[in-house]
Amino acid sequence: MSSDQNKPRQSIYDSTAPSTDTRDSRIGEGADDRFNSKLREAFGSTPFILTKFDKFMNWVRGSSMFMLQFGIACCSIEMMHTYAIKHDLDRFGAGVPRASPRQADVIIVPGTIVSKFGPRMKRVYDQMPEPKFVVGMGSCTISGGPFQEGYNVVKGAEEIVPVDIHVPGCPPRPEALVYGIAKLQERVANGESSPVVVKPYELEEFGDLPRDELVQKLADQIDEDDLVMRYNWSDSP
Amino acid sequence: MSTGLEPRRQVGVDVETTEEELEELIGDRALARDDHKNAPGFVIRPDEVQDVLFDLRDEAGFDHLSCLTAQEYADRYESIYHLKKYADPTQEVSIVVPTTSDEPTSQSAEPVFRTADWHEREAFDLVGIDYEGHPDPRRILLPETWQGHPLSLDYNQTKPQVVSLTEHANPIQPDQKGAESDTMFLNIGPHHPATHGVLHIKTVLDGETVADVEPDVGYLHRCEEQMCQSGTYRHQIMPYPDRWDYVSAGLLNEWAYARVAEDLADLEVPEYAQVIRTMGAELCRIASHMLALATFALDVYGDFTAIFQYGMRDREIVQDILEDLTGQRLMFNYFRLGGVAWDLPEPREEFFEKIRDLLDELPAKVAEYDDLLTGNEIFQVRCVDTGILEPEVAKQYGCTGPVARGSGIDYDLRRDDPYGYYENLEWDVVTEDGCDNYSRVLVRMQEVEQSAKIIEQCVDLLEDWPEDDREIQSNVPRTLKPEADTETYRAVEGAKGELGIYIRADGTDKPGRFKIRSPCFHNLSALPEMSEGEYIPDLIASLGSLDIVLGEVDR
Ligand code: SF4
Repeated sequence: MSSDQNKPRQSIYDSTAPSTDTRDSRIGEGADDRFNSKLREAFGSTPFILTKFDKFMNWVRGSSMFMLQFGIACCSIEMMHTYAIKHDLDRFGAGVPRASPRQADVIIVPGTIVSKFGPRMKRVYDQMPEPKFVVGMGSCTISGGPFQEGYNVVKGAEEIVPVDIHVPGCPPRPEALVYGIAKLQERVANGESSPVVVKPYELEEFGDLPRDELVQKLADQIDEDDLVMRYNWSDSP
Repeated sequence: MSTGLEPRRQVGVDVETTEEELEELIGDRALARDDHKNAPGFVIRPDEVQDVLFDLRDEAGFDHLSCLTAQEYADRYESIYHLKKYADPTQEVSIVVPTTSDEPTSQSAEPVFRTADWHEREAFDLVGIDYEGHPDPRRILLPETWQGHPLSLDYNQTKPQVVSLTEHANPIQPDQKGAESDTMFLNIGPHHPATHGVLHIKTVLDGETVADVEPDVGYLHRCEEQMCQSGTYRHQIMPYPDRWDYVSAGLLNEWAYARVAEDLADLEVPEYAQVIRTMGAELCRIASHMLALATFALDVYGDFTAIFQYGMRDREIVQDILEDLTGQRLMFNYFRLGGVAWDLPEPREEFFEKIRDLLDELPAKVAEYDDLLTGNEIFQVRCVDTGILEPEVAKQYGCTGPVARGSGIDYDLRRDDPYGYYENLEWDVVTEDGCDNYSRVLVRMQEVEQSAKIIEQCVDLLEDWPEDDREIQSNVPRTLKPEADTETYRAVEGAKGELGIYIRADGTDKPGRFKIRSPCFHNLSALPEMSEGEYIPDLIASLGSLDIVLGEVDR
């Protein structure tokens, strides 16, 4: 036997196998380099990261938001432009409009809300799964905007649903909406949420309303268990 | 019977009805005269409405109930029927029907003009006049449970209201034989991607066939008329028209207000400003028709990626130009009474260059749309011979704009009741005889080309306009106070059709009554005619081809 044989085999002492094999076996076949390879490199030899579940979930939520395809008034035209070519909201991971509220995370309220639409909007909002977020687009959703004095206009979306981000403007430019949504994503990723500042109008059963003059007048038109929304215009901000 | 297809020039002079002839026709049914600035007016009794309107329609050819204005005075209610002729809209007559304050009941005009149906419902809803013999006297814009009539004089806006959210019942249920009936009731909207906004369509299906359709509007009733009545003529009203037809048709709408107010107060507009107005308005028309096209593609084959995005791309270009001109992308607020807000942006060459680029590229783009859309077999299958709207029916419903022109009605106010600079330019009114969804699309596509033609001529004119003659506004008094009881009704050709405004001045600096005649409102009311008996997908296509904007339907 030669002395060479007493030395460890080169394959052993020169080998990087102990580290790479471990890593490879942990990663498995692994992603092709075309996928997140830079990120993988940054993680080093282990594909595991340690973080709080909540934090991770918030990050995931903020990075992929499904919008509700929801148009009300003039602002929805600019909202369409925000989704479409040139502004392309999808670049920020938030541009897939869903036609059904059951599949949406975010509702952009783009326009004036009037009394007839209020209960319907509330219903659409209620149909969205938790957690859900609301972006109010335009002055109308802040205060009723140019139509604030109108007899039929709800003075801001916040009277009906809680709003996370207000984007002012009449209409806001698409850039402004993109900024608003980016801010929302940032907040969601940080796990922040907004307090509700106004007591919203609720959908309640007609029978539960206090029996004042108006309710008595309507008693033969509306069933006890019909859902109604009562607008107290004089209390509006 | 006229088919509405013969070009209007042929009718020629026969169509003329002089004031004497009108007087003779109405005879002693006229209690008094109440002339408006735009038309002779006759006061008649509330139980002779049908009688007089039938005569005017059948004997004198007033086949277009353009608008119905209802209003309350201190001592009476009043309905005004604004009649015109499709053959010549400069011939107008107003029929004024006063009723007492205690019992505001007036005969319904629905048997004469189908479009009176929705109009009278609106008049009842907002002002509180009852129409006797109306087939369906319900509220239209406000919820059924609303209390009071908001445009009546004693309305108290701070009173609470209750609005219900109930399931909608099948409107033709009583006609059905109980539980065995195999019809199905389907709610489309008010939140639905195909309704172009917050429209609710109550549909009854028999298998796949539409048995009954009823559009339910009012989900965007933003009190536009009240807002305009509480603004001063000079500056406070102009921002609102932008928000009626908000699909970038802002300048066209502003023109409606500018025209009626200039008429009311006898204001001149410098020629230079007229050219700028014309150019701006046609740019708006292009943007608006592009959106109609884009969303129509979205409706009929869910094409969010190609045509929709192409349409949006082209709109962006137009919106950029309009932004340069007016300072805003959508809500321009650029017209002023007596002119426009400011001159073209400097450097002018660059601005013209931009417009010329748009115009140069347009033919190729139109060809592209033709390839993708109108030449596409699937598209044709969906659109040709669906959603038929016969010209006579269209007239009954007061349809105008591309919808009427797609049914072969040769009616365009830019030519027939000229305003602005259109008279001096070379362009054509586009009509198609197909009466179907396809024709309406074709009309819009060709109108884009015509608009481009108009814009090009305007640019030529503006480029050579002598520098010392660029007057953008005439001298307009700081406060406008048209004389009390001057009334006028004027219309312009908006993107969707005849957009009219009625104003009654009450001697202050705000209008006493401001009534908007919305083309979309009329076009939408014809939807049941177009879709009953057809398949449900055709209903969606028909709705898309009407190109409605809910802001204008509900106002
Ligand atoms: S904020 Fe302005 S643009 Fe937006 S919906 Fe209201 S009126 Fe229209």
